Amino acid sequence: MAGSGLQILAAYPALGPRGGLYRWYPFQNDAPPSWMRFGGWLAGARHWHFAIAWFLIFNGVIYLIYMIASGEWRRRVFIPTRDTSNALAMFAYYLRIRRTPPPEDFYNGLQRMAYTSAILFGAVVVLSGLAIYKPVQLYWLTATFGGYDVARVVHLSCLALLAVFTVMHLVLVALHPRTIVTMVTGGQRG
Amino acid sequence: MARLITRRKLLLGLAASTALAGCDSRAASMFLAGMERWNEHVDRLLFSQSRLAPEPPASELTPETAFPSYFISDSMPFAPDNWALKIGGIVDRPSVFSLDQLKRMPQTGMRIRHHCVEGWSAVAEWHGVQLREIARMVGASRDAQYVEFRSFDKGYYSTWDIESSLHPQTILAYGMNGRALYPDHGAPVRLYSPVKLGYKNVKYLTEVNFLPTRAGGYWEDQGYDWYGGV
Repeated sequence: MAGSGLQILAAYPALGPRGGLYRWYPFQNDAPPSWMRFGGWLAGARHWHFAIAWFLIFNGVIYLIYMIASGEWRRRVFIPTRDTSNALAMFAYYLRIRRTPPPEDFYNGLQRMAYTSAILFGAVVVLSGLAIYKPVQLYWLTATFGGYDVARVVHLSCLALLAVFTVMHLVLVALHPRTIVTMVTGGQRG
Repeated sequence: MARLITRRKLLLGLAASTALAGCDSRAASMFLAGMERWNEHVDRLLFSQSRLAPEPPASELTPETAFPSYFISDSMPFAPDNWALKIGGIVDRPSVFSLDQLKRMPQTGMRIRHHCVEGWSAVAEWHGVQLREIARMVGASRDAQYVEFRSFDKGYYSTWDIESSLHPQTILAYGMNGRALYPDHGAPVRLYSPVKLGYKNVKYLTEVNFLPTRAGGYWEDQGYDWYGGV
């Protein structure tokens, strides 16, 4: 999805409507590097993007249904009243301001925050994608994002945020290789 | 409780499907063609003839120098002196209309955001006659499920589904932003509609044909999606 999306972006690597490009965007008319792109050209990338998108949506819906039905969301979703102090304490511990880690459940407050934000970015990337895919038939969705060109900004921003999340995730796994085993097996069964 | 799908099984399955995804390009193009058919199906379900594209305020009009205009000829196509628009295919009264005749028909105007397949948008006002009005005048057959648009721009053409063609905002435009259409935007007459991407909106029109079967298009034949709905 990311590769074909960047190939589509390369056809008009600017943000903002024609004659009114956004001044704050530093990469106006800079196409993403070719190694990041997928699909060969605009039409090929569009076919891949709009084909795979269905699987992303399908996957996401199944995931959300499972999370809600199993009650698993209680363990993973960041609930501000419950998790804020734990997240702050954990952050302080990572920064070596605090000597001992706060008591943690299966996931700590920071992990829950990361988890929840990734789900949120995933939902927004799908909705903003639909808004720029069908800005006339789904005009109300496009209007919710503040119009077609703003929805494009949101769509690209979600990609950037998801990329940051993935890189951070990989770095942390690289720093603690043993966590890979727990991720694959699901950890100790309770 | 024993779990039916464990993480281990899921990851194994993922690894297997990734291996499949690295398959030959024939399987990939079959997959993409199937998904394009599916997407067209969804597009048609989503489309409604009574849903109008919202009109942005005049403050959002794009400066004309910033509104891109494309053609495939080597140089700007200009209409021949004896230009007229032929309406044909399965219609009761095949017709030829001059520009003056088109201008005497009921005029429609709209301020619309244009969506290009490349990702840019731009706003302009368009003036012309509804294609549904012309379809009624020439008596287009009920069997006409497609409409083909031809041009004098080096054979540039496209074909639409009948539902989008008869949308109230689908017009044969001879005016832009309050004056006659300039050659760079398809003079003397072009197809314009907010419900399709830019490449479906054929400029420099010569012929409109109501057809029982589907035909292609300049970009569609090279791989752009045929439906091109917005």
